[in-house]
Amino acid sequence: MTTSKPQASKRQMEEWIQGYSFLAPALLVIFVFFILSILFAVYLTFHDVNLIAHTYEWNDFRNFSNLLTDKQLIRALQNTAFFALIVVPAQTAIALIMAYVLANREVKGKKFFRLIYFLPTLTSSAALTLIFMFIFNQNGPINQMLMSLQIIDSPINFINDTEWTLRVIMAMNIWSTVPYFMTIYLASLVDLPHSLYEAAEIDGANAIDKLRFITIPYLRPITTYVVLSGIIGTFQMFDQAYIFSGGTGGPVNSTLTVSLLIYQYAFGQNHQMGYAAVLAILLAIIIFIVTRIAEKLNGGNGIENS
Amino acid sequence: MKTAKKTRGLKILLYAILIGYAFITFYPFMWALAASFKPLSEITSGSLSLISEHFTTEQYDYLFSPESGSMFIQWFLNSLIISTIGTTINLFLNTMAGYSLARLHYPGRGKIYYGILAMMMVPTQVLLIPNYLIITNMGLLDSYWALILPAAVNIGNIFMMRQFFLSFPRDVEEAARIDGLSRTGTFFRIVMPLAKPSIATQAVFVFMAFWNNFMSPMLYLKTQSKFTLTVGLQMLQKADQGGQMWNRVMAASILTIVPIIILYIIFNRYFLQGVRMDGEK
Repeated sequence: MTTSKPQASKRQMEEWIQGYSFLAPALLVIFVFFILSILFAVYLTFHDVNLIAHTYEWNDFRNFSNLLTDKQLIRALQNTAFFALIVVPAQTAIALIMAYVLANREVKGKKFFRLIYFLPTLTSSAALTLIFMFIFNQNGPINQMLMSLQIIDSPINFINDTEWTLRVIMAMNIWSTVPYFMTIYLASLVDLPHSLYEAAEIDGANAIDKLRFITIPYLRPITTYVVLSGIIGTFQMFDQAYIFSGGTGGPVNSTLTVSLLIYQYAFGQNHQMGYAAVLAILLAIIIFIVTRIAEKLNGGNGIENS
Repeated sequence: MKTAKKTRGLKILLYAILIGYAFITFYPFMWALAASFKPLSEITSGSLSLISEHFTTEQYDYLFSPESGSMFIQWFLNSLIISTIGTTINLFLNTMAGYSLARLHYPGRGKIYYGILAMMMVPTQVLLIPNYLIITNMGLLDSYWALILPAAVNIGNIFMMRQFFLSFPRDVEEAARIDGLSRTGTFFRIVMPLAKPSIATQAVFVFMAFWNNFMSPMLYLKTQSKFTLTVGLQMLQKADQGGQMWNRVMAASILTIVPIIILYIIFNRYFLQGVRMDGEK
């Protein structure tokens, strides 16, 4: 009895040591690049940063008061909200419908379709954006096709036109995110009991009825997840706008997103890092609020769920 | 008779949707591929034929020959090195942390776990500026470590590994311990090999994230010879402002996709597994 007690605590000590030492490397990275980083970001919001002299100067909340007079910010918020408003519903709906079609038992060659559909997810946004810039350029295939079908008379400058550029980026974003969300839906549809469909068929339900009354209600929790991921993704959109506009957000700020604006303030000519940090935290708060609202809305009106 | 006709009609509709969407998905890649084998004059003249009349591999030859001043091979190797080292570090750190949080008992574990989870909600934009300053102060600007260190762990994957180890059979470890293996030895020799499917799932997604990352290399790398493919591609595009060398840019874009497609074909089931785990949250 007397010997077993120190034995047990020695084992326990070993477990503690292993537990902490296994966690330590990851925790160190998280501490430096997450926790310290967040605290640093908050500190920056109250200061003017001078990168060359390495000084941080208190600036009497000027970073915050600047928010109120920033016209660029309003434009970026409008663009980002418009972008999310179109892209999120579109990507969710297309992903759901494509998953429903692909999950149908009659369909053969699923693997082949999945490989093709998955291509955009595998490709870097850097390469995708260049490919889209190519097909949408003035001499590019899209313009040529529209002209040969006589839909338009002269080529449209999709890449550098205030009317079109953001829309092309939207189309590209929907096109490139649908496959990932479709795969998420598919993974869940595997578990949907086929007998539900069969029962509905006996009651005379057609394919649309089945989608509406069985598949969509069944997938509701997944839809919440897809919508939230979509919101987070669209509100953080950066790569595509940056590459399309060469970092400017142009033409005439029509592709300026909040993320791009943060980048411009922080790493552009003026190096207003303190103000950029305020914008970043503002973006985080906006994303938090919008996702909460979307979650409430999607969970709240569960009429068909009963 | 009527139902047979109906199912046939439905089948045609299903395939029409599937093939139509496959076409929309493949359309940009098809043109990129076609353009990469065309001479520039043919592209700017705006021909609508996919197959070139003057089929040429000159752009691929250019990209692969360092004598022509192309740094493509260098960029390719840089991407490969960064992605491989970054993925390897991630696998060890995430798996060890997940194991520790699931299996080992020590004071403060629960609090640490929730603390780590909370970090998942912080958007990258908030971390971007302070991390840049931290990296600069560490003297790591323009080095590969600037890309690897801040991404050395992935909190989502720590979470995934913890879930995996929660349902991992205990007797395996106990048997190894009875055979005289140390705690650490048990983990590296027995537990990690048995966790291979989960680790492979992590690996493909982490590798892809490193390979496709655009923002960090753009921010941290200053020397052209150190560039990764994603920023290198932009250089190729910018280098020819006068007349866009679309054929060269498209050839390079296609080449950056190929390794990931190969990865996808080999590790197909791990890709699907990863999506599944994500979706189940």
